[in-house]
Amino acid sequence: MVKQRVFLYLMLSGLLISSAVLSLCVGAVGIPLKEVLVILGKKFGLFSQWPVSAQYEGVLNIVRIPRVLLGLLVGAALGISGAAIQGIFRNPLAEPSLIGISAGASLMAVLIIVLELSLFAALSNLLGYYLLVFGAFAGAGIASLIVYQLSRNEGKSNVATMLLAGIAINALAGALTGLVTFAADDHQLRNITFWMLGSLAGATWETVLAISPFVMIPLLLLPPMGKALNTFALGELQASQLGLKINKVKRNIVILSTMAVGASVAVSGIISFVGLLVPHTVRLLIGVDNKQVLPASALCGALMLTLADMLCRTLLAPVELPIGVITALLGTPLFLYILVKDKKKLVL
Amino acid sequence: MLTAEGISYKIGQNTLVKDISFSMRPGELLLVLGANGAGKSTLLRMLSGEKKSSCGHIKLYQKEISDYPPQELALKRAVLNQQNIVTMAFSAEEIVMMGRYPHYKNNPGQTDLNIIDEVLQLCGITSLRTRSYLSLSGGEQQRVQLARTLAQIWDIPGALLLLDEPVAALDVQYQQQTLAIARQLAKRGFMVLGILHDINLAAQYADRILMLKKGRKWYDGSPAEVLSSKSIYEIFEIDSDIYTNPRTLKHFFIPKDVPIELNNQISI
Repeated sequence: MVKQRVFLYLMLSGLLISSAVLSLCVGAVGIPLKEVLVILGKKFGLFSQWPVSAQYEGVLNIVRIPRVLLGLLVGAALGISGAAIQGIFRNPLAEPSLIGISAGASLMAVLIIVLELSLFAALSNLLGYYLLVFGAFAGAGIASLIVYQLSRNEGKSNVATMLLAGIAINALAGALTGLVTFAADDHQLRNITFWMLGSLAGATWETVLAISPFVMIPLLLLPPMGKALNTFALGELQASQLGLKINKVKRNIVILSTMAVGASVAVSGIISFVGLLVPHTVRLLIGVDNKQVLPASALCGALMLTLADMLCRTLLAPVELPIGVITALLGTPLFLYILVKDKKKLVL
Repeated sequence: MLTAEGISYKIGQNTLVKDISFSMRPGELLLVLGANGAGKSTLLRMLSGEKKSSCGHIKLYQKEISDYPPQELALKRAVLNQQNIVTMAFSAEEIVMMGRYPHYKNNPGQTDLNIIDEVLQLCGITSLRTRSYLSLSGGEQQRVQLARTLAQIWDIPGALLLLDEPVAALDVQYQQQTLAIARQLAKRGFMVLGILHDINLAAQYADRILMLKKGRKWYDGSPAEVLSSKSIYEIFEIDSDIYTNPRTLKHFFIPKDVPIELNNQISI
């Protein structure tokens, strides 16, 4: 059991590192693997006397490395928060983009883009990003609170209400976002469209730095809560009888996971279905114990987003597909499959 | 020791539990009977610490139940609830292991693993341990939940075990087995309090029976003391005869037919 797990984590990490390196090679300008490795090595003081092409170095440093790092962070954030939110909602269909959490985040982000330039023009670039991330976090938090309260009935979660509340929030956020776009100028409009589809194209070192803390904190603090999250599968009442301070645990998990979702929406828009695809795949592979599902979902999410981003940069090169298109294409069939499979169980 | 002194529970204008006092000690199997809506479940939820009494005191080993921190209370009392809906495909063994969660931080110790083996065997579900909980039948799920509840307090002498309709989904074999387990646990020094609907099952196993009506304690005593045609009529509003089992000398009851006339005029 333990050996299997270690093997699985080693395999996942190996896959993750190799796909990240591969992802550095491909794109509008192809870079040979050897060059990539040498340039990466130089950063750690290796191969210092080896010659490298300045063009390759420039592309890697300015474009590729931040983009791959952003993909890793956003993927890990979406994967782990999907798993955590499903646990706390006691519901395998609770997915941030589906139940309106991402839409809440994106609405706030769009509001800030449109208002920021006039209100916070004095803020430096990084501070501006932090503001954006905080705004998205707040939007995600408010949306998840609303859905959570609406979908609870005498301590039980009602799937239908949860999904309907998600539809309502998605529609409202969509309408308000549409309204805000009227006030936007051309440059802002381009930014806003990219939010709606989800993309890693906006990756810079600033965005990577801006979301790092908001992703790293949940990545570090959520996995130790796996045991507590497990007892939620028994029911909230049962969890509290096992000595869990359920309100505190619930609050912490919702804050941490909306923080991760908010941060990733702030820099990459709504990348849908990752929070659904990843935890489900992980549960098929290693079972449902959240002590394993949470960290494995972070790894798998990072892996999946890196691969998806690679696809969207190469499929129609030099044109780039929004990454949200790829994840939705992969995620929708799975979502429908779960719906059909659990048709009976979902009517609670 | 568990002591309830004049406890009541109100929701709005409705009083669900009214001024109930009783106490029980380790070694006792106390079964609560009453019609639907008599306040049995509410009483149990007050005793478990889930619902707060609007007046009076509930003391578990001289300490007010509401003064226990959740973690400490989890090591003194376990509850088997009436409804258990599990949402993820945990294995039976993983579910039972959750009963040990209050006892360890990260990984279960050898004691925890041994206790899991014991309770799985006691509840007759060793062969189901790797099966997904969601694939089990209602009765099997009920036994997994019983095992989880037992695992929680297995190594804590004198702990309180609360069973809310523990045999509702079980066939007759496991009904008997569950009550037999409850009686054995009481003999081992636990305090076991359960809610039952089956009067004969209660008469067969209980050390003591508590009968509730309209939120009040109506009768309290050994099965022989409290079971009579009169008391059953008062509590359940049915006519019945009480007999004595000649072999065990325990009482049992047989209800009389209830006369109901259907009106032919009713159109469907």
